Amino acid sequence: MELVHESKPALLRELRLGDWGYALVWLLGCLYTLDKFGAGMNVYSKGILCAASLGFIALGWFWKPFRLMCVITAVLSLFAIYEYHGQIASAEQELWLKYLLGSQTAIMWMSFLFVLATLIYWVALLGRSEFAGKFASVLTWCAVVMGLVGMLTRWYVSYLMGPDIGHIPISNLYEVFILFSFMTALFYLYYEDRYESYQMGAFVLLVIAAAIGFLLWYTFDRHANGIEPLVPALQSYWMKIHVPANFVGYGSFSLSAMLGVAYLLKSKGILADRLPDLVMLDDVMYKSIAIGFLFFTIATILGALWAAQAWGGYWSWDPKETWALIVWLNYAAWLHMRLVKGVRGPILAWWSIGGLMVTTFAFLGVNMFLSGLHSYGKL
Amino acid sequence: MRFAISLLLVLAIASIIGTVLKQNEPYPNYLFEFGTYWFDMFRTLGLFDVYHSLWFLVILLFLVISTSFCIIRLSPIMLKEMKSYRERSTLSSLRHFRFRQELVTSLAPEQSVRLMDKVLAGYGYKSRTQIRKTGQLLAAKRGSWNRLGYILTHSAIVIICIGGLIDGNIPLKVDQFLGYKRIETRDMPESQVPSVSRLGSNNLSFRGDVTIPEGSSADVIFLNVANGYLVQELPFIVSVKKFIVKYYSTGQPRLFASDLVIQDKKTGKSKSVRLEVNHPLTMDGVDIYQASFGDGGSHLHFLVWPLTGASTLTTPLDGIVKHHEPMTINGHPYAIEFDDFRKFNVEDLSQGVVKAPSSFMQNILSVFSPAAHKDQELRNVGPSVQFKIRNAQGEAREYLNYMLPITLGGHSYFLTGMRDNPGASYQYIRLPLDDNGNVNSFMQLRAHLDDPSAANGIASRFAKKALAGIPNMQAMKPKLAQISESVLALFRQGGYNALAGFISKDVPQNEQENAAQTYLKVLQGTALEALNEVIPPGTPIKDKASFVRDSLNAMNDSFLYGPPVYLQLQSFKPVMATGLQMTRAPGKYLVYFGSLCLVLGIFAMFYIRERRVFVYASSDGKVLFAMSSSRQTLDFELEFKKLSNIISKAFADNKEL
Repeated sequence: MELVHESKPALLRELRLGDWGYALVWLLGCLYTLDKFGAGMNVYSKGILCAASLGFIALGWFWKPFRLMCVITAVLSLFAIYEYHGQIASAEQELWLKYLLGSQTAIMWMSFLFVLATLIYWVALLGRSEFAGKFASVLTWCAVVMGLVGMLTRWYVSYLMGPDIGHIPISNLYEVFILFSFMTALFYLYYEDRYESYQMGAFVLLVIAAAIGFLLWYTFDRHANGIEPLVPALQSYWMKIHVPANFVGYGSFSLSAMLGVAYLLKSKGILADRLPDLVMLDDVMYKSIAIGFLFFTIATILGALWAAQAWGGYWSWDPKETWALIVWLNYAAWLHMRLVKGVRGPILAWWSIGGLMVTTFAFLGVNMFLSGLHSYGKL
Repeated sequence: MRFAISLLLVLAIASIIGTVLKQNEPYPNYLFEFGTYWFDMFRTLGLFDVYHSLWFLVILLFLVISTSFCIIRLSPIMLKEMKSYRERSTLSSLRHFRFRQELVTSLAPEQSVRLMDKVLAGYGYKSRTQIRKTGQLLAAKRGSWNRLGYILTHSAIVIICIGGLIDGNIPLKVDQFLGYKRIETRDMPESQVPSVSRLGSNNLSFRGDVTIPEGSSADVIFLNVANGYLVQELPFIVSVKKFIVKYYSTGQPRLFASDLVIQDKKTGKSKSVRLEVNHPLTMDGVDIYQASFGDGGSHLHFLVWPLTGASTLTTPLDGIVKHHEPMTINGHPYAIEFDDFRKFNVEDLSQGVVKAPSSFMQNILSVFSPAAHKDQELRNVGPSVQFKIRNAQGEAREYLNYMLPITLGGHSYFLTGMRDNPGASYQYIRLPLDDNGNVNSFMQLRAHLDDPSAANGIASRFAKKALAGIPNMQAMKPKLAQISESVLALFRQGGYNALAGFISKDVPQNEQENAAQTYLKVLQGTALEALNEVIPPGTPIKDKASFVRDSLNAMNDSFLYGPPVYLQLQSFKPVMATGLQMTRAPGKYLVYFGSLCLVLGIFAMFYIRERRVFVYASSDGKVLFAMSSSRQTLDFELEFKKLSNIISKAFADNKEL
């Protein structure tokens, strides 16, 4: 007796030629970097580079549009770096850099595109236009690419200022706001792609637009966009993983709070016929908090490891640490309510909005009102 | 569980208190801020050190116990569930599943079950078959590890808390409670601290600091507890060769490091190491960190200028930071306490004033935290010295003098700040300098104006020059000279205030403003005359008018300055001290292990989904396919649809065997 059945398509069997090509490009890039700059990197930096490459390969395999974004970002960034010709002043002289790809210019483009995308998502929502939704989605993708290009060239430019000054651009409030913007946008784009729904964008992009508003104020009013050398406490490879992991958390929590707003509006009958299903909003809200919680936990633990190395103790009850704990407890309770108690509906939506308040305080409020060891991002 | 979550919420709220109220400040600061009543209240509640207060630790302990009970109670059930295939499920119970599908097949029950077994195995399911009277049941499951997530996360919380409690000085707390150890509050040399306030080097866990000057060594650290300290003995001796600060081209610090020699007390072996921020050192289970820096007894050389009287005679004075020197000023005994010396002062001059240099505590922050703001005009204004002058009654005033001239508004000054209590900000006097950057011209002018015997001569010469070339005013000369002399006398007695007092008393109200203007002009004119008389020829002062104005302001301010001397820092030999933090935290390994469990557990809980599939193949050719999950989400619905299509297709492809 022979049973006819095509056995399970394993992950590897689902991969197409493009996936392998994508992975190859990453690996070659990684190897080239190790070969060319390996002498200047310590073992941790090398480890982070390799792990990040593998991580991004996996991410591209898991979510296909990510591959194209990586490739376009790489091409544009490398072109921008080439155009710098090893001189900071090129940003003002080379046309490409001055109007499109220079570090500051690219970040301005990102800001503009995010604000534009926000408006068009609202047009799409109110006018029930799928075309506008798709257009806004493309704009958001472009904004993410510009943000990444801006950050990568900024990283390069910091080394042009001096080999001892160069560092990854996630060390102050200006830089992490850019990180926050494109990270949140990427998460949103993932859910948009998976659920094939453009309506959530109108809400999620609002929080990004708010971040952009802050970024612009910070740039033009406070002139905080300069590259500053790292103080001794920040000169550590831990920064490369602690900060991004934290912003996965912050981004996801913000996203879920904005979906909470949409959920509440819909359940009160406002925009009810234009917004997606409550079940779907609830589902995305949960997923977003779950991934955020996982990464926030990892980030806090990484922070503790770093603190043990820099401050002499893994936990000092520094205000930032304490507020991170409060944020963690808040979402731990949220998840308990949902998973163990089976609570659903407006309570969780309200709670996730409240969670954003707590998160915002932990992110910004602590820097503004409380002093402590963590005062890297003073306002 | 509800109890545990309530405890977590109490913990969260208690934690907020600790972030709003600054922790572990010296008690007088709290007393000053809150007053006696609230100070006592807060102290009783332990709010000045929330995270180590008894009630906070008790809550933590309760949390550990309650979570442990939860784990003990639920783990066996969870493990049993993990293993179970639920192969006892009955057909009627399967018919009540929300996600189910009925099929008809020509296959025999055992064939159907074998087919399903193979299909499901391809999707990662493990299964068991049970033969019933009316057919066969295939019970399959996937993602059982999900339940392990529960055990891992909850155990993690217990493990982390236990690790934290070990490092949170519980044994010490107990010793203190039982009276075996006592906090020392007196300020005394370390060697005199009694053994009841000393902890042996075998102490399980501690976290303390010590400041060691260059060229000195230490074998103890100090643990700050409440309003006092304990002495912790170390198993080794740390000697400091040198403390190093390096700067970026922009002026921000780039590197803090100490060159140390550490000698083990038992073996006598020693090794040289360089300690940097972010690169701690482990020795005999003690972690050593570069935490702060400060002055370690720099040698200072001053020139003491009198600020009253007709003399400009200076005396030399030598001092060492952290030491004090006796001194006689105008016949009264004083003590000068040299508190701090800083070689570099990067200050923000955009506001036109200099801020007080940071205290030792803030130096710690400057190691740990970032440089200042972007829109500031940061400049290194050179060395500064901080000292107190204490009178015989024990009252002290604190001073801050900068060594180098500071240019403000186009003119150069020596800045000297004074305050009479440590919480206040400094009031600065600007001593104007001549174009050679010398304070001598000002001092000469001050002495000349302060000399009563010279006043008459200055006044008449001033009057003569002021009225020269105005023929019809010559008669006014004696009158002007008299005014000049009395204005000078008033100013000598009490500065602008004395002048103002005189005007408001002796001049009719409607003329007061004019009189004030006139008197000020006379005073400035007289002082200009005095300046021209005293400064040696060849001393360049470009803008004499503003030099005179600044000099008069400085003299006026010096009335509030305290003992009338100005200490001009002339040279120094810097000696730095490094601030080391040392910890022993055996609990950290537990904490790290717990953290790993936590991450794995959270991953298992969210991303491993438990799914169960039941296929009941009846002898009459009917097949019931039912599916369940502990969490019924949108994804699960999709998965059910997908799987049920696959199963239908498998049956369709295998009609006959």
